Amino acid sequence: MTDLLSELLETRDWLLGDGATGTTLFNMRLEAGVAPEIWNETHPDRIRALYDGAINSGSDIFLTNSFGGTYSRLKLHERQNDVFILNRIAAEIGREAADASGRKVVVAGSVGPTGEIMEPVGELSFNTAVEIFEEQAKGLMEGGADVLWLETISAPEEYKAAAKAFQNVGAPWVGTMSFDTAGRTMMGVTATDMVEMVNGLENPPIAFGANCGVGASDLLRTLLGFGKANPSIPVVSKGNAGIPKYVHGHIHYDGTPELMGEYALLARDAGAKIIGGCCGTLPEHLVAMRAALESTPRGSAPDADKIRATLGAFSSDSDGLDGATAPKRKNRRRGG
Amino acid sequence: MSDEEDDLILSELNDEELVLQMMDDLYDGMKEEIEEAVNILLERNWTPYDVLTKALVEGMAIVGVDFRDGILFVPEVLLAAGAMKGGMVILKPLLIATGAPRLGKMVIGTVKGDIHDIGKNLVGMMMEGAGFEIQDIGINNSVEDYLSALEEDDADILGMSALLTTTMPYMKVVIDTLVEQGKRDNYIVLVGGAPLNEEFGKAIGADAYCRDAAVAVETAKEFMARKHNQLSA
Repeated sequence: MTDLLSELLETRDWLLGDGATGTTLFNMRLEAGVAPEIWNETHPDRIRALYDGAINSGSDIFLTNSFGGTYSRLKLHERQNDVFILNRIAAEIGREAADASGRKVVVAGSVGPTGEIMEPVGELSFNTAVEIFEEQAKGLMEGGADVLWLETISAPEEYKAAAKAFQNVGAPWVGTMSFDTAGRTMMGVTATDMVEMVNGLENPPIAFGANCGVGASDLLRTLLGFGKANPSIPVVSKGNAGIPKYVHGHIHYDGTPELMGEYALLARDAGAKIIGGCCGTLPEHLVAMRAALESTPRGSAPDADKIRATLGAFSSDSDGLDGATAPKRKNRRRGG
Repeated sequence: MSDEEDDLILSELNDEELVLQMMDDLYDGMKEEIEEAVNILLERNWTPYDVLTKALVEGMAIVGVDFRDGILFVPEVLLAAGAMKGGMVILKPLLIATGAPRLGKMVIGTVKGDIHDIGKNLVGMMMEGAGFEIQDIGINNSVEDYLSALEEDDADILGMSALLTTTMPYMKVVIDTLVEQGKRDNYIVLVGGAPLNEEFGKAIGADAYCRDAAVAVETAKEFMARKHNQLSA
């Protein structure tokens, strides 16, 4: 039995992902400080509207409202005992929306980071992380998710723990990391490091890639980095709609729908097969992205200059792949 | 690691060599070695304050610079901070007993409406690693939460964090309240979080915006030094 995402990947040249969950929910007056997952229970109509926004804009895949649905995140809202139910409902609403769409749309159960730092640096053990992810995964699959979708991960150990949890549940999955620190994830993982890690997994994802991070330019540079390592599975690109700007007391993302259309084309040219947005990406951006992808043939991979010229400057000079790794100290042991 | 390295005996090093060795061990996150070296220096009648400032804080400054320059990343820095903390556990009661000047005490938390805490946690861990005392008041803090923590803990520094564009303006509410109550000058106010920038920090009246945890540590040290200078002037 093959999953819907694998089926679509076989038959299609590219797939359109979805846009922002947080930005959209805040536009629906989600009060800051409330866990969005609680709305699965209290405002299912708004969650349905979130999903329909992506579906009606042409998304082939959308993520459920469950990013912070792990025990460790819900604990901050004293809802840690409701992990299963809140995730199940998130997927159930998604299942209904997808089935009502009249076409094949993938319900991807969103799984975000635990927010904790893993051993040996932090205190979260591998086994506990597996348990945390497994509990959420069960709820999402029970609710009818087609695949699970791990995102915004920065630590390799956490990515591996989720892979193990999804294996335990028998769920097909996709997993992306967030490259936001000089071309690397916060924990120092480069684009090629990630390809290597994914290749080494006992339970590899259907697709892997990058989401969120800094701006669309940086994300595309990460895609070029993936390409250098010749990944054997499809690449996902979910970039933010520009960079948040503080103007006259208000915040807005500076990426226009036109610009996100350009981003989608460059992402495809840079090797991505699943292309979507992240923070700030609204239905109008998705419509522009789909229109651009449908009306423009695939081109050759862009170089850094082309990305810069089209989407703006990078946030750092380095893509993390220039060999600037931590030097072992010359005199680790003096004396002796 | 070669046998030669394993043979090194910390207590056989002279003070200067030992301090250099501690800097290396901090860089490599070697907690037990740091604890041992701290005890050796104390046995050699170093004051707890000197052990803190001349060995540990200086060593962490090197780590901070390499983090800032993208040579070290979060995992290495946190291991270093963990090693530093091992030394601090030994020093803390002695620092208090000897009436040593404190490096500074910081109240830190994410602002009301913001539940994203990993950045805040990193800053807390690195500040602690640099020798500051940290009172972490968690996520989703109101003006009242911040103000009461500042007073209860007799803090020097207020650190506010926000990841969301919708919650960062709340930082201004907190600062405005400090101004209204005439308490703004009692504290160094540092702000941080992914969507922030320097202009935003200035616009809301913070003392500084800190791009990352290493910058937060450096900025806090700089402002505390100025504060001490003002007091002694």
